[in-house]
Amino acid sequence: MTETLLDVRNLRVSLKTDRGMLNAVRGVDLQMKRGQTLCLVGESGCGKSLTAMALMGLLPRYANITSDCFDMAGEDLTQKPQSKLAKLRGRDVAMIFQDPTSALNPTLTVGRQLTEGVMRSEGLDRAAANARAVEMLDRVGISNPEARLTQYPHAFSGGQRQRIMIASALMGRPRRLIADEPTTALDVTIQAQILRLLGELQSTLGLSLLLITHDLGVVASIATDVAVMYAGRIVEQAPAEDLFHAPQHPYTRGLLRAIPVPGVTPRGSELPAIAGRVPGLIGEMRGCAFRDRCALGSSECASDPVPRHGDDAGRFVECFKVTPGEATQ
Amino acid sequence: MLAFIAKRLVVAFCVCVTVSAISFALMFLSGDPAIAIAGAGGRAQDAEAIRIAYGFDRPLIVQYLDWVGSALTGDLGQSIYFNIPVSEIIGNRISVTMWLGVLSFLLALVVAVPLGIAAALRPNGWIDRIALVLAVTGQAIPSFWLGLMAIVVFGVWYGWVPISGAKTWQGFILPVIVLSYYAMPAMMRITRSGMIDVLATDYVRAARAKGLPMRVVIFRHALRNAVLPLVSLAAVQLGLLLSGSIVIESVFALNGLGRLAWESLLRSDLPVVQAIILILSLLYVALTTFADILNAVLDPRLRGAN
Ligand SMILES: Nc1ncnc2c1ncn2[C@@H]1O[C@H](COP(=O)(O)OP(=O)(O)O)[C@@H](O)[C@H]1O
Ligand SMILES: [Mg+2]
Repeated sequence: MTETLLDVRNLRVSLKTDRGMLNAVRGVDLQMKRGQTLCLVGESGCGKSLTAMALMGLLPRYANITSDCFDMAGEDLTQKPQSKLAKLRGRDVAMIFQDPTSALNPTLTVGRQLTEGVMRSEGLDRAAANARAVEMLDRVGISNPEARLTQYPHAFSGGQRQRIMIASALMGRPRRLIADEPTTALDVTIQAQILRLLGELQSTLGLSLLLITHDLGVVASIATDVAVMYAGRIVEQAPAEDLFHAPQHPYTRGLLRAIPVPGVTPRGSELPAIAGRVPGLIGEMRGCAFRDRCALGSSECASDPVPRHGDDAGRFVECFKVTPGEATQ
Repeated sequence: MLAFIAKRLVVAFCVCVTVSAISFALMFLSGDPAIAIAGAGGRAQDAEAIRIAYGFDRPLIVQYLDWVGSALTGDLGQSIYFNIPVSEIIGNRISVTMWLGVLSFLLALVVAVPLGIAAALRPNGWIDRIALVLAVTGQAIPSFWLGLMAIVVFGVWYGWVPISGAKTWQGFILPVIVLSYYAMPAMMRITRSGMIDVLATDYVRAARAKGLPMRVVIFRHALRNAVLPLVSLAAVQLGLLLSGSIVIESVFALNGLGRLAWESLLRSDLPVVQAIILILSLLYVALTTFADILNAVLDPRLRGAN
């Protein structure tokens, strides 16, 4: 059994909006395991980023977060996760953002931004912190790292900045790394380099990587496991091989349908369109959120709860119409 | 950085030359200065004598260079009305205005920045609401009314401060407060909106993701970026305050630059007006240049090459 580094059950995030309570994350179960690269995929707006923010404790003040179980680094975060996570951020769990251009402070040197976290959390002096920064910059492939510590972010290209962000995330030697669409804002050729780097770091450092993306090419190239999110819930999760070869949820199948050979998807291809629209997330929702767009949908699908079929290997699917082991496609 | 400063100073110098040329030209704006000095009923011979006495018969460029040269040595000419050196008149008045302006500016800044930050941390919270009310009233209530009210309440009823004049430092209390209340809202609002924008940026979120405490995130990461627009605005505000407020100076009977400019205009005392315009223009040039350099110190992107 691989070590579970993060375990959250029935995670719910709702936001107060002008139009009422927006239930953006509606009962997500998620484990991050040592050595695993879990890809969280789903259409834009399905709640991936808010899930990541909840795991980092970075939700806005007007967000409400609850869970039945939230364990990380031996701490029980079920109560007051946001404030307890403030102590874990950087050291136990770190995050990389989508746009490296805006994620680095333009007015502070790269060295300052890399070292400020560990100087505080580990009490390192400047020399030790700089040495760590040089080590990390070297690891992420920034050449001549000593000299670059004194430079400002605008002296670096987009790809280099994302490398710096990765180095910054690694500074506290966290075991869990969350990357929210880390390549979306980059050129296609740079995307591949950054993904390769993330994959390498994940295996050499034994990280547990939660990679959020809406790019199935990214998933195919890096994931060990895949969780498919729809309207605030994970509707199917499986090892990557299994998911690509035998998707079970109608939504997952819809996503994969446009791809001729599963697993060798050209990079950069985004989720194919599925007819119909994502349901609004304001207020309570009953039954399966996908039923209106689903070819198999029937009146049964409007009832609660949606049955979950799982196996011991950690694969599960939430659907009235499919059962695991059933022939697919 | 040094190259940037050098470049800004060259630009500032060019602006100074232009500004001085324009203030010099003001002398001739109202027609022949010699006739103006001779007065409406003056005879042609008088005007001619004045023209030679004041050197108006020489080529313009010579007159300009002569004027600039004297100005640089502190000789701003003779007041037509008082017949004493302009520098003497201005010297008497300028310290009142400078004290009033600088103190009001500092008070406004000391109130505006913390209030703007606190308001931005919780938009629509109670601090934000109080700040909004203060800002709106500060902008809506005319300074002269506020000044008169302050005099009536604190000067006449309670007798805490002198009613008018600047003979003692207590005389400055009310005008400084009234003037700073006038200058504070804009600086507070720009701090607040800059802070709200910056707090929503990815780099602030990234700073929090590193585990930095909120205090460090606010002061190291957010404030530095949020004050960039404030620096430019504050330079203009300080320029305005140092120009002297005719209203405040009149209400509180302070003999400052604002009133001097106004009175000199009414008396057609052109050399005085000209000197005031020159001094204030140069002051603006200095302030905006300083603001640009300060912004470049805060934001390396503005320095050009790294
Ligand atoms: N700060 C916010 N305020 C209000 N609504 C938000 C906020 N952030 C996200 N949402 C809403 O929550 C839903 C999920 O957003 P998000 O997690 O960012 O989606 P994803 O990352 O999957 O694209 C969306 O409908 C989005 O509009
Ligand atoms: Mg997102």
